[in-house]
Amino acid sequence: MAIATKGQTGLTGNTAVAYAMKQINPDVFPAYPITPSTAIVEDFAGFVADGAVTSELITVESEHSAMSACIGASAAGARVMTATSAQGLALMWEMLYIASGMRLPIVIANVNRALSAPINIHCDHSDSMGARDSGWIQLYSETVQEAYDNMFMAMRIAEDTNVLLPAMVCFDGFITSHAIENITLVEDADAREFIGQYKPGHSLLNVDNPATYGAMTLQDTYITFKHQQSQAIARAKGVAASVGAEFGKKFGRAYGLFEGYRLEDAEEVIVILNSAAGTTKVAVDELRKQGKKAGVLRPRLFRPFPFEEIAKALSGAKAIACLDRVDSMSGFGGPLFNEVRSALYELDKRPKVMSRIYGLGGRDYKVKDALEVYAELEKTAASGKVETLQKYITL
Amino acid sequence: MENYIEVRWHGRAQQGVVTAAKLLGEACLISGKYVQAFPEFGPERMGAPVRAYNRISDEPIRLHCQVTEPKYVLIADPTLIGVAGVADGTPKDAVFIVNTTKTAAEMRQALGLANGAGRVYTLDAGKISIETIGRAMPNTPLLGALARVTEIIKLDALIGNFRENYAKKFSDKVIEGNAAAMKRGFEEVKGE
Repeated sequence: MAIATKGQTGLTGNTAVAYAMKQINPDVFPAYPITPSTAIVEDFAGFVADGAVTSELITVESEHSAMSACIGASAAGARVMTATSAQGLALMWEMLYIASGMRLPIVIANVNRALSAPINIHCDHSDSMGARDSGWIQLYSETVQEAYDNMFMAMRIAEDTNVLLPAMVCFDGFITSHAIENITLVEDADAREFIGQYKPGHSLLNVDNPATYGAMTLQDTYITFKHQQSQAIARAKGVAASVGAEFGKKFGRAYGLFEGYRLEDAEEVIVILNSAAGTTKVAVDELRKQGKKAGVLRPRLFRPFPFEEIAKALSGAKAIACLDRVDSMSGFGGPLFNEVRSALYELDKRPKVMSRIYGLGGRDYKVKDALEVYAELEKTAASGKVETLQKYITL
Repeated sequence: MENYIEVRWHGRAQQGVVTAAKLLGEACLISGKYVQAFPEFGPERMGAPVRAYNRISDEPIRLHCQVTEPKYVLIADPTLIGVAGVADGTPKDAVFIVNTTKTAAEMRQALGLANGAGRVYTLDAGKISIETIGRAMPNTPLLGALARVTEIIKLDALIGNFRENYAKKFSDKVIEGNAAAMKRGFEEVKGE
């Protein structure tokens, strides 16, 4: 599997993420495979069968059970991981809230796939965006390399004692999960050192310090728990920033809360998640050759949403298009549009912002699609008027 | 636009075109290139048309869209010509390599290419694979042919990658059968 040259290997997103999980060697891995994340579970089951990990693989009967088993094992003090996609994440829905409410640092790989109906196996972000208010930390990944790297960072952020919340690493189904790209792996010992040993402060199996998880709380305490949870996920922002910087020091690939591409002096900006950001960067380079001031902002941390940092980074832009690979069905654009536009509200001089929905169910998004959006942004920057606030592209 | 080599593979499920794209990507990576190798899945069933793609570059590849204007097209099953859009988006200097018993001139006609447009090559990859691997698996002979008619990859790099990285997965017989298939594809491919 590992084809190495000059420290580089060629792996698919799924294989790379499964390899990160092998290096992390979680105590428990409940599994219920679903396209396009199936290969993660297959690879990990192989590591278990070969004795390459000491993890206990629990094959369960549904994703609801997979997340339930994650919760049980994590509450018992185990380090827990799994992988899923689309309907699988949707079926975990009830348990996602229980994992975050019980403050369990479970880490999952969510390979982004469109939700039914109509049924579709290809990429969009309707699955993870459906879970955006579930109290999970969300990291998004542009490339195979970043999906792999994010697994280690997610573990650190989730288990940080100032956070203690579950985290999901999201990357694009098929486009990233099934594509072989060049990737540099970290050494096993360095990976172990980076994530450290997991020592839960509380656990069900710690008989010297007995604790209750998920107890009944009524009007007297429920809101207190939620207030603490809210403060914890807000703290995750600072932890994510320092973990990303530390990763850079150790492995040479530093990660911020978002990536700005030619953003410093950009007047027209596309805000976009995951793999399509790469295609957009190619469009930006074309436009820069023509002297146009185009840029990209690619959020990496979507939950919590780094609204102050993103507003600051976009404060010099004249016109912004938020490209969502999902429709919130609110009649008012996608989730990225709503977060970014809201974040910009505090600015004295607000850029114009528009919503564009693209690429649902795996529909291709090409350089020409990005160029068309930039052409619209240029018009808006010149006129100061948004002609069409929201619309679908790549139709 | 950035400087990429783009390759599109056409086959039917179980003909190994996804593996072919993977092997090409790995061999190019070993040769010091940045690569992408990815399949396009539709409804998954035996015999269904399947496409796979490669991008190969000296620089990191940022494009994450489908390959729609490939210069290099490899066709593992000639019955896909006329039904699977095998020539779609190809430039005037495209290179087609077809698994068939027919001649390159006949394939030019089947592909609907004007005289002087593109280059067409053929080989009987099915026969080569039956004689070397023991079953119809046209992917590795096509890879050998690609090494012969283009500068994308060297035959030695293809065979070297396969011997080195698949020894654990396959028996010696399978490894050497595929190495022989690549070599014969290299030797037996014919142009117009």
